[in-house]
Amino acid sequence: MSTTGDTKAAGIIQSRTLNLPFDNIDTDQIIPAQFLTTTEREGLGRFCFFHWRFNPDGSSKAEHPLMHHVPAEQQVLVAGPNFGCGSSREHAPWALMDLGFRAVISSRFADIFRNNSIKNGLLPVVMEQTVMEFLLAHPNHPVRIDIAAGKLEVSGLGTFSFPLDPFAAYCLAQGIDQLDFLLRQETDIARYENASSPQSP
Amino acid sequence: MPTLFEKIWQRHVVREESAPNGDGAPTVLYIDLHLLHEVTTPQAFAELRSRGLQVRRTNRCLATIDHSTPTLPADASGNYPYVTDQAREQVETFYRNCADFGIELHGWGSPHRGIVHVIGPELGATQPGMTIVCGDSHTATHGAFGALAFGIGTTEVGHVLASQCLLQSKPATLGIQIEGELGRGVSAKDVILHVIGAIGIDGGTGSVIEYFGSTVRAMDMESRMTLCNMSIECGARAGMVAPDEVTFAYLRGRPMAPAGADWDRAVADWKTLAGDPASAASSTFDRLVKIDASLIQPSVTWGTHPGMVIPITGNVPRRDESPNEDAHEYMHLQGGSPLAGEHVDIVFIGSCTNSRLSDLRSAASIMQNRKVAAGTRMLVVPGSEQVRAAAEKEGLHRIFLAAGAEWREPGCSMCIGMNGDIAQPGELVVSTSNRNFKGRQGRNARTVLASPLTAAACAVAGCVTDPRPMLENGPMMGTRP
Repeated sequence: MSTTGDTKAAGIIQSRTLNLPFDNIDTDQIIPAQFLTTTEREGLGRFCFFHWRFNPDGSSKAEHPLMHHVPAEQQVLVAGPNFGCGSSREHAPWALMDLGFRAVISSRFADIFRNNSIKNGLLPVVMEQTVMEFLLAHPNHPVRIDIAAGKLEVSGLGTFSFPLDPFAAYCLAQGIDQLDFLLRQETDIARYENASSPQSP
Repeated sequence: MPTLFEKIWQRHVVREESAPNGDGAPTVLYIDLHLLHEVTTPQAFAELRSRGLQVRRTNRCLATIDHSTPTLPADASGNYPYVTDQAREQVETFYRNCADFGIELHGWGSPHRGIVHVIGPELGATQPGMTIVCGDSHTATHGAFGALAFGIGTTEVGHVLASQCLLQSKPATLGIQIEGELGRGVSAKDVILHVIGAIGIDGGTGSVIEYFGSTVRAMDMESRMTLCNMSIECGARAGMVAPDEVTFAYLRGRPMAPAGADWDRAVADWKTLAGDPASAASSTFDRLVKIDASLIQPSVTWGTHPGMVIPITGNVPRRDESPNEDAHEYMHLQGGSPLAGEHVDIVFIGSCTNSRLSDLRSAASIMQNRKVAAGTRMLVVPGSEQVRAAAEKEGLHRIFLAAGAEWREPGCSMCIGMNGDIAQPGELVVSTSNRNFKGRQGRNARTVLASPLTAAACAVAGCVTDPRPMLENGPMMGTRP
C-alpha cells in the first residue's frame, strides 16, 4: 500500500477478457468468509472464487471458465451488473488482483467494492448495456484500456469512454496516495477540531 | 429544506470537494466515531506501522472482538475453542494492535464485549448527528440514531486511524416513506425485507436512505436498528432515521452518552437535526419511495440474495422470472409453489440485525411451552454480553434451553460463519441475519432470512411456516416470563 495503489493503475491494459456472465456477484463469492481470518493482504488469489473453482474435496472444477484463466493474457474480468455487492471486505479486490486481474468491466458496481478497488489499483470500468452485451457474447475477447485517457477499445466494436478520476491522476503526478493527501490536510483537520469541537463519543 | 443527511454531512466537512480545475479531491469528511474489530483492521495497523504513523484520536475508537470469536465457552484453563489457529492469531493480533496504538479494547471478559453494531448503541457511543464508520458494511445500523454511519474498506480504516478523516464523494439521497400500522406478527425485519424486495438489491446504490413516516416513528430503537442495518442489502451506503424522543429516551443515562448539563445541550442540538416533525416529508430527496405498511406480511427470502423476498404466504417465483441467476438450482426449489412447508435443519437467532433483547423476547414468546422440532437445531446467540445478561435476568435463556435450543456466547456466529458456526452442505437455515448469499452460512448451505418471530416458529414446526397462527394461541410478543 505504501507503494501507492494509484500508481499501479497507470498506463495501458492490453489484454483479453474473462467472462463471468452473472448478475449480482457478491464479495462472499469473490472470497468466502472462511478465508478472512488472515492478517495479510497478499496471496489471497488462491482463495478467489474458491467455491466456484474447487469442489468440496479440494479438486478443481475443470469445466469452470476461471479454471482456464491465463493470468498473463486475461487481465480484464467482465461481469454482470451490481458486481461486488454485499460485504465491505477489501480482501475481494486483493484476491482478484492476486489472481492477475487489473480491471473489471460491468454495467454497475457496488459502492464499497468500487472504492476499495480504486484504492488498490484495480480499475472498475462502467460500460453501457450494448457494450456489455457484446463483451458477454464474446468470451476471451481482445480489449485495450487507456487508463489516463479513460478509453476502452473493444476489438471489432469500437472505442468507448469511461469517467476519468482526476484525483487519481493528481495523486499520481504528485507521487502520493490518498493517505498522504489526507495527512497533508493537517492544518484544516486541526482547525476543524478546534473550531467545531466535534462530538465526542 | 436540507435533509438529515445533508445537515450531518455539512457539519463534518473539513475541506470542500475540489473545484473542477483543482486537484479533483472529493470532500474531506471528519469522522466522530470509528468502530474496530479483528477482521478488517490488521492490514491497516500494519500500514500505520510501516509509515511510522500513530492513531490520531484514540478516544474516537471503539474496539471489540466479534467475527472470529467462538460462541462456545472457554475450557477450564481459559482456552477459547477457536475454529483455527489463524482465527486465534487474528484475535491476538488485534489485542496487540490495540495495546500498541493505545486503543481501549472490549475483549474477552469485558462486560461490554459483543457485536460491534450492538455495543456502540448500548454504550451510548452512537449518538445523533455523528459520522460513524467501521470496516463492516452493516455499520448503517447506527443510522437508527440519526447518525451518518457507513461501512468502509481496510485502506480507509487506515485513513481514519491516521487522520480521523475520509475522502468521500457526496452520495444521492433516497427517501423511503413508510406509512400505516404493522399487522400482528409483522416486525421491522419484515419491513426491511419487504423494502429490499420492492426496490431491488441495487435499488439504493449510490444513495443514503432516510426512513421516515408514521410506521418508523412508532418503532422502538431496536426496531429502527434492524431497519437501518440492512440498508446495504439494497446497495445503499447508509440508512438513517431522524432522532426523536424515542432516541433520546434510549440514550439517556448510557455510559458514554452526555450527562448533566451536557445532556441538555446535546438534546437541544439533536433536535435541530430533525427539525419539525414534517421535515422529512418536506425535505428534498433525490428520489422518494412510498411503502404502505399495512400491506407488509411476515416476509422471507427464498433465493440467493436479500432482494429475493416473498411474503411467507406467497409462492417462490418461477424459474424463468430470474434468468441470470441460478438461485432455484442452489436453493433446490422448483418455483411456482410456496416456500412454507420446506424442511428446516437449523434456526439461527442472532447477528447485528436481530440479536438484541427485544429480538430474543420475540423469539422466546414463541418458544415458551413449546419445543424445537425433532430433526431441527436452534442456535440462539445474543448480540453482546449486556444482551446476554439482560436476557438471563429475565430467564429467556431458560425458555430457549427448555425448548431444546442452544444458548451461546455473544458474537457474529452463523451470520458470517467465520468462527466455525456453519451449516452442512444442503442444509436449510432459517436465519435472522442479513445475507443469504451462496455459501454465506457454509458451503452449499441454503439460507432463508426471516424475523425472530418467524424463525422461532420455524424451529417449532420444523419447516418454513407463518408465525401468526402460533401467536393466536400463544403469549404476546414482549411477554416476560
